[in-house]
Amino acid sequence: MSAENIVAPVLTAKDFATDQEVRWCPGCGDYSILAQVQKVMPTIGVPKENIAIISGIGCSSRFPYYMNTFGMHSIHGRATAVASGLKATRPELSVWIVTGDGDSLSIGGNHTIHLLRRNFDVNILVFNNQIYGLTKGQYSPTSEEQKITKSTPVGSIDHPFNPLALALGADASFIARSMDRDPKHLQAMLSRSHQHKGSSFLEIYQNCNIFNDGAFEIFTEKSTKPEEALFLEQGKPLVFGANQQKGIKLDGLRPVVVELGDTYNLDDLWIHDETDFYKAQTLVRLFDNPSELNHFPRPFGVFFAKARACYEDMLQLQIQEAIATKGKGDLNKLLRGREVWTID
Amino acid sequence: MSTEQLVKDVVIKFAGDSGDGMQLTGQQFTNNTALLGIDLATFPDFPAEIRAPQGTLPGVSGFQLHFSSDKVYTPGDLCDVLVAMNAAALKVNLNTLKPGGKIIVNTDGFDAKNLRLANYADGINPLENGSLDSYEVIKMDVTKITREALKEVHELGTKEKDRAKNMFVLGYLYWMYNRSLESTISFLQEKFGKKDVVLQSNIKVLQAGYNYGDTTETFTTRYKVEKAKLASGSYRNIMGNQALAYGLIAASEQSGLPIFLGTYPITPASDILHELSRHKSFGVQTFQAEDEIAGITAAIGASYGGNLGVTTTSGPGMALKTEAMGLAVMLEIPLVIVNVQRGGPSTGLPTKTEQSDLMQAYYGRNGECPMPIVAAHTPSSCFDAAFEAVRIAVEHMTPVILLSDGFIANGAEPWQFPQQENLPTIQVSFAEAKEDEAFMPYSRNEKLARPWAIPGTKGLEHRIGGLEKQNITGNVSYDAENHQTMVLLRQAKVDAVANYIPEQTIDSGAATGKVLILGWGSTYGAIKSAALALQKKGYAVSHAHLTYIRPFPKNLGALLAQFEHVLVPEINNGQLVKIIRSEFLVNAKGYNKIKGNPITTTELEAFVEETYFS
Ligand code: SF4
Repeated sequence: MSAENIVAPVLTAKDFATDQEVRWCPGCGDYSILAQVQKVMPTIGVPKENIAIISGIGCSSRFPYYMNTFGMHSIHGRATAVASGLKATRPELSVWIVTGDGDSLSIGGNHTIHLLRRNFDVNILVFNNQIYGLTKGQYSPTSEEQKITKSTPVGSIDHPFNPLALALGADASFIARSMDRDPKHLQAMLSRSHQHKGSSFLEIYQNCNIFNDGAFEIFTEKSTKPEEALFLEQGKPLVFGANQQKGIKLDGLRPVVVELGDTYNLDDLWIHDETDFYKAQTLVRLFDNPSELNHFPRPFGVFFAKARACYEDMLQLQIQEAIATKGKGDLNKLLRGREVWTID
Repeated sequence: MSTEQLVKDVVIKFAGDSGDGMQLTGQQFTNNTALLGIDLATFPDFPAEIRAPQGTLPGVSGFQLHFSSDKVYTPGDLCDVLVAMNAAALKVNLNTLKPGGKIIVNTDGFDAKNLRLANYADGINPLENGSLDSYEVIKMDVTKITREALKEVHELGTKEKDRAKNMFVLGYLYWMYNRSLESTISFLQEKFGKKDVVLQSNIKVLQAGYNYGDTTETFTTRYKVEKAKLASGSYRNIMGNQALAYGLIAASEQSGLPIFLGTYPITPASDILHELSRHKSFGVQTFQAEDEIAGITAAIGASYGGNLGVTTTSGPGMALKTEAMGLAVMLEIPLVIVNVQRGGPSTGLPTKTEQSDLMQAYYGRNGECPMPIVAAHTPSSCFDAAFEAVRIAVEHMTPVILLSDGFIANGAEPWQFPQQENLPTIQVSFAEAKEDEAFMPYSRNEKLARPWAIPGTKGLEHRIGGLEKQNITGNVSYDAENHQTMVLLRQAKVDAVANYIPEQTIDSGAATGKVLILGWGSTYGAIKSAALALQKKGYAVSHAHLTYIRPFPKNLGALLAQFEHVLVPEINNGQLVKIIRSEFLVNAKGYNKIKGNPITTTELEAFVEETYFS
């Protein structure tokens, strides 16, 4: 039997689980995300040993302990930087960064934007729960204004980040949004993140049922989801509503919500194009507070995906080119230098 | 006719405005000197501001060169010759000139404007008021003669012509010290090869300087310094940061691990980044990160992936990297952290030298967080220190701190460079899965080092991180007993490095006596020279110099016990001395200078004599 005929055993989600007791609070959204990642991993065609999951600090950052791959639980905010060094030198690995809103946008905000502009081919999963869970309930850089938390007893005066707008501003080559409560959609977004060559920034709305329960309820509950969540599909018009009766149309550069029917039909609507940077810039701004009157629905799906050169490839290319033109480095020649004198 | 006089030992200081090209002039004279087999040491003294206002005192840039037919250990305390391109340069450097020394001045730099910028009182010109009578002053209008030499060159404007001024001074000094112009001409050819007018103009001015000496015979004597009696072999000139970069490359070659440098530019360490980024054909990967923290954490990521992770910085950057160093200690992976020290605290004195980050290296992290420390002591020893730092990091699976400082980083000296064949191999073995055996990421070998299991290795999937590890399994553990075990294990692992480093030797003097001068880092040259001078006078003084600071060589305690007194000179407020006192309970005393410049031989010699022998 030739080597090609030995079929590698097909892995299942179970093969990606570890013997470590999962320590998130019961009911935490992290459980669902873990389950979806474990389901997707066997399907991406990468051997388990070639997957490395790097996290920072926070509830979500315990993630690597529960994945039977290579993993590092690093320090607060630095998962992105650790992953940059790993990917730069080991381009063949599939590198996943698991981080939270505090880890990636507050203490580690700097590394996040720089990783995105360099476009390392890694997948960043931002578990956004709009709160600090591990430190027991302070507001985060994505918490809404006026939020009452342990550190803001009379309401937060911090204006929150719009994570996808920030990522796009840093020239991310792939940005997407999903949620813990929609397993199928989340799986699809995880696969897309993996498939994209370049930095994939996937924001995942994650419920922290202990310190910020229901933060995303309006997008995830059956009763409100159809009106509040808009699912993006490539080449399809932007429609939403319980009966798919509403849509978004572009009025010049301004998006407007319209009722489908006599005045407008599907042909009038904004057709989603992931490769259109200008449209993506508008799309990420559909970020209204759902309690406001006449607000836009919140989009979910791939907002923008466009390949461009990856840092690690260019880094390795420069090395190959140097070797091709100058030959492999000769240590004796280097140490000798150009001007030598001899003492007898 | 001028006569020729043989001299043994010369110190020249080239000083001028930062725009006057004094660093280049100094380096050219240095190379020319080195190629003759004369021993030397240099000390560039940069202004803190890159573009300090022209002609002002803060704008003065200096380059000190000490060369001799004897062995040279320091760039010299006082100068024999001071080149002053303007009034500010004279004012700043006059106190470093020996009584009776020579001053070569560019009179054009002493006009009313320059005098005012150098803060001379109205109407006072040091060249005319007799204040320099105790020196030998050679005045020449360098600007005027340079322009004169280039009057036929119509392609260049006055401003461009004036840029060649330093070549005139260099040519003149070449005449004075009986040198050939060849090395500088070939340097100019390489530098300006494509710009023929500029090349020819520079050569012309260089020759004009030489001929000026010949025709005017300002000195009746020309000087000659003979070859030094260095050990036989091949030599080259090398600067500290360059040697450090070469040491890393050599260690990369000898270990088979590609270098990954994650770093952020900072004075005086940036030249290591510049040097390494030029050597991609050795597989060197350099990453100019967004900040100091990203520099070290990216290097940790690269080490985790099986590379030789390196980060370079200076004091303030070191402070920022502290948390990540703790992570590397917990992860127990190889990493080299280079600190080219400068004056602190905070931004401090970026272009001045200091040894004040030793405590930071030794203790400056949260938790019980020991890391080996290696220190370079001369420009060329940066090569060996870097090589050793890598060896320890890789063979003992630990982050290692390598200390250098601004003085040796920018200083230069002749170097008897090694041959690759004579360099040791650095042992690397990546873990591999064993059948029927669960992988234990925190099991240990005889050195107490854990296995290096890199992503991509089938069957070794495992998780590591900054949380306390359970002994052997590496799982997260909050167990009380386990924590103590692990703290002690990490300490024992670092202590065990002492079994794999050479014993401490005495650099000069007897193995027992009245005073041992114990040094580390860049004070080497000054201590060495002072110790030799004191020994010559018959005093029972010895000198030992530490390369390995954590752990100390095993015999250090016994070695110290052989002396009545231990003196620790440092460019800080007493750091090694405190560690020595606490580790060995000896009554060590400090000699401390914290002025941003090196300790001089003269002052140290005088101090020892006064304190212990009068
Ligand atoms: S605190 Fe919140 S985010 Fe953290 S584990 Fe508990 S529920 Fe999840």
